[in-house]
Amino acid sequence: METLNTILDVFFNVEIAVRVFPFLLQGLGMTLLLCAGVIPLGLAGGLALAWAASLNNRWLTAACAVYVDFFRAFPPLVLLIFLYFGLPFAGLDLPAIAAVGIGFLLNASSYYGEIFRAGIESVPKGQWEAARSTGLTRRQTMIAVILPQATRNVLPDLIGNTLEVAKLTSIASVVALGELLHTARLAQSLVYNPTPIVVAAMLYLALFWPLVRLLSRLEHRNIARR
Amino acid sequence: MDVQSRPVLELAGLHKSFGGVDVLKGVDLAVAPGELVFLIGPSGSGKSTLLRCCNRLEEPDDGAVIVDGENILSPGCDLNRVRQKIGMVFQAFNLYPHMTALGNVALALRKVQGMAKDAAEAKARAALARVGLADKAGSYPAQLSGGQQQRVAIARALALEPKIVLFDEPTSALDPELVGSVLAVMRELKIGGMTMVVVSHELAFARDAADRVVFMDGGRIVEQGTPASVFGAPREARTRDFVARLAERG
Amino acid sequence: MQDGWARFAFAYLNPEVAAEWGPKILDGAFVTIQLGLATIAAGLALGMALAMLRASAPRWVQMAIVVFVDIFRAWPPLVVIIVLYYAFPYVDLPMGAFTATWLALSFVLASFAEEIWWAGLQAVPKGQWEAARSTGLSHFQALVWVAIPQAVRMTIPPLLNRTIAIVKGTALGSVVALPEILGQATSAMSLAGNPTPLTLAALGYLAIFLPVVILGRWIERRFAWKR
Repeated sequence: METLNTILDVFFNVEIAVRVFPFLLQGLGMTLLLCAGVIPLGLAGGLALAWAASLNNRWLTAACAVYVDFFRAFPPLVLLIFLYFGLPFAGLDLPAIAAVGIGFLLNASSYYGEIFRAGIESVPKGQWEAARSTGLTRRQTMIAVILPQATRNVLPDLIGNTLEVAKLTSIASVVALGELLHTARLAQSLVYNPTPIVVAAMLYLALFWPLVRLLSRLEHRNIARR
Repeated sequence: MDVQSRPVLELAGLHKSFGGVDVLKGVDLAVAPGELVFLIGPSGSGKSTLLRCCNRLEEPDDGAVIVDGENILSPGCDLNRVRQKIGMVFQAFNLYPHMTALGNVALALRKVQGMAKDAAEAKARAALARVGLADKAGSYPAQLSGGQQQRVAIARALALEPKIVLFDEPTSALDPELVGSVLAVMRELKIGGMTMVVVSHELAFARDAADRVVFMDGGRIVEQGTPASVFGAPREARTRDFVARLAERG
Repeated sequence: MQDGWARFAFAYLNPEVAAEWGPKILDGAFVTIQLGLATIAAGLALGMALAMLRASAPRWVQMAIVVFVDIFRAWPPLVVIIVLYYAFPYVDLPMGAFTATWLALSFVLASFAEEIWWAGLQAVPKGQWEAARSTGLSHFQALVWVAIPQAVRMTIPPLLNRTIAIVKGTALGSVVALPEILGQATSAMSLAGNPTPLTLAALGYLAIFLPVVILGRWIERRFAWKR
């Protein structure tokens, strides 16, 4: 009982939790804002990549593959540090938010691009032929016929990657952007107690658990279909 | 049949090869308005490739494809406009699975012809009615039988009011009991005066509906004539063999 | 133009700085590789153990595994690392940066691996189980010799992609002062006043992970399991 109380006192000190909660909520707001910014950015970049790769231009397809492989091999934190701490040496002083935006665009678009590419390839060739035979242009076919099917075919992967991108916003704390993890670490150093970090972890859980559940259902259905 | 009028489709010296293998070795063919041309031949004889060259789903290497007086291989040709004049029906239906029957038929009307939603849907409903599926407008392809799916695909082609419809083995993917409904629709079209080129193995249908049977082998037209002459009294040995084998199977 | 290039090279490709700090980065690379291999070994082993347990254990154990897996799929790895590193010393469980990062990444990888393998096991047709049991194999034997081999083969491409993504997270260790590549590079960069160490770090990561990514692409094509 004594130890349990000690543990609770350390990890979940109610008084501290109440005190830092409003501050952490601000951080949570920033996390959500970041997600709302970088997820569409990554989706758009990925779609552009997949579209370019589908144009049947050998050079363009190869360039897309190199881009995707490069950023799949490159840890996003290294990319972010390079953009934020490395570029100033070239006289390019990016604000933290810009460094995060560019870093996520580059990193997330490579993953989304690969997913969209797989989706586009999963649509049978006959769909292209049927649409083109009725006079639809390449672009019209892509938008009205191919992409809706492609998106549905890879929906679990898209949601899964979106969850990963959302989780990854926590690395923005490294460049002092005031999102949830950063505010938690700041609060921790002020109160000298890990409760703020534990509360932040709970908030992350509350935010992402529903997505994890949804995903796990979709994935099971998907693998079972194969 | 008005033999004086200009052919709807004219192929001249059509060549196509895939990776060094000649699939079409100079094919000439003219299809008159209202004519039903039935294309037969062993697999690999180039029938499907021939059809697919007619709307440039395959790019011919050489020759001319003239549709309604316009050479669609010429550089200035607006391919997407011309393709509306050439309906195509595929062996595997190729319906868009994420759209209803109505959506499948209306898509090109809206996107290519720029029709308003209501007008496009009214026209699509009319096309579905023509193939006997007025009541299936709201169904998705997965909810339809193979025969119904193929009829929706025919409606999709018809809605654009094409000058000619190409059928690429339209009944080969169907269970035998569903073949009849598709052939019945094709017969209706023939009676209505539609120009058609059909690649198929349905000999009975060819006998009573085709104006002309064309036998292809090795990338060339070997023999052509009325169904009675090609099936009843083939001149070429290759035709004789093929027809005999087909008759055995059917 | 010439001048611009010279300045760029002086900053990012400075041979003197590279010679001075290169060995440090190399030390960091060894830490990264060790941490990566340890994470893969522990993560995959734990993931497989959890999947096997879930396929055989009573319902409440299954539920516990699901909760564990869900939590570590929902938590950002950096949060887990920081909780382990900063929070546990308060209860007299101080953890080195290496241990904290290794544990965190291993738990995360184990969770993803369990989920992927479990889904793979579910996808093995019932007939396979029935055939195995009809020849007298026990549940456990059928699991080990019939179901798991099929599930593993089926799930190689998604698992490989996930493993690469998680092992790249070794760079997160730099946040808790782990002297892996990125940690070495950032401290070298501030000491040298020059970003060349960061360039070296970037090259180091590419040298380690690019071959794996390319291997993954090759395997994906070879298995082509989606179609």
